[in-house]
Amino acid sequence: MASPIEQFQIKTIIPGIGFSNASLFMVATVGVIVGGLLLATSRRAVVPGRAQSVAEMLHDFVANTLVDAAGREGMKFFPLVFSLFMFVLTANMLGMIPGFFTVTSHVIVTFALAMLVIGTVVVYGFMKHGTHFLGLFVPSGVPGWLLPFITVIEVISFLSRPISLSLRLFANMLAGHIALKVFGSFVVGLGSAGIGLAILAPLPLIMAVALTALEFLVAFLQAYVFTVLTCIYLNDALHPGH
Amino acid sequence: MDPTAFKFLGAGLACIGMGLAAMGVGNIFGNFLSGALRNPSAADGQFARAFIGAALAEGLGIFCLVVALVLLFT
Repeated sequence: MASPIEQFQIKTIIPGIGFSNASLFMVATVGVIVGGLLLATSRRAVVPGRAQSVAEMLHDFVANTLVDAAGREGMKFFPLVFSLFMFVLTANMLGMIPGFFTVTSHVIVTFALAMLVIGTVVVYGFMKHGTHFLGLFVPSGVPGWLLPFITVIEVISFLSRPISLSLRLFANMLAGHIALKVFGSFVVGLGSAGIGLAILAPLPLIMAVALTALEFLVAFLQAYVFTVLTCIYLNDALHPGH
Repeated sequence: MDPTAFKFLGAGLACIGMGLAAMGVGNIFGNFLSGALRNPSAADGQFARAFIGAALAEGLGIFCLVVALVLLFT
């Protein structure tokens, strides 16, 4: 029987340029987003049709999240945040189709996305506020003798942000897909174990169906959490004082 | 016992941390729900905050999974 982690194997499709199935599905993700949004907004009707309202809902959803977390001036980061949300959401949802490759179940992909966010925060923070950006690590209203410890903790917490941001998305996708595969192999194993055990085979099948529904929820939720945390980190770059 | 057995034991022990993270996430949503039932009109505004807390608590549990994976596959 196939190992549950075999689905994450990267196979090179075009050897010369290192084009693998991961690259193929990243291109497919971008293609689905661009194609879908272009198709949805091609008519640009005043009274939106079905596809156009979905596109408008996605836009308003991300815009509200960004304004709630980072204020009105956070809207200058809207293209970045919307692209991140759409990429993560579409990659997660494409991965839920059986036999498809989940791009976000590879830590290098999510770590690259997280470093993009943290890099934007650091570069923009220093560009806009100069050394005042370092005030992020020195919270006000703390007793003097406690301040060195708090500063060290704040620095460590800032440095662990890209790690936790990337690991959360990666591990959720990885664990979900492994669980689905394990329950799928239970069905096959019980079904081929003889007539006595084969009648039990529908039980893990029901569980696998329920887990698939849960995984769709997790796929959306992790894209949302990634976006909300991105907005909060961008808020630190915009308003570094505590 | 050979060292490989200890590796698997360590990976199993790392999974205890996931149970602790589950307690944290359950605590957050339990308190959110009890607060939301007292004041349903204020619940929608705090929904995102509950998810941020859950995501941060869950992230620490995920480190346990990563420790287990590192023990198993290196």
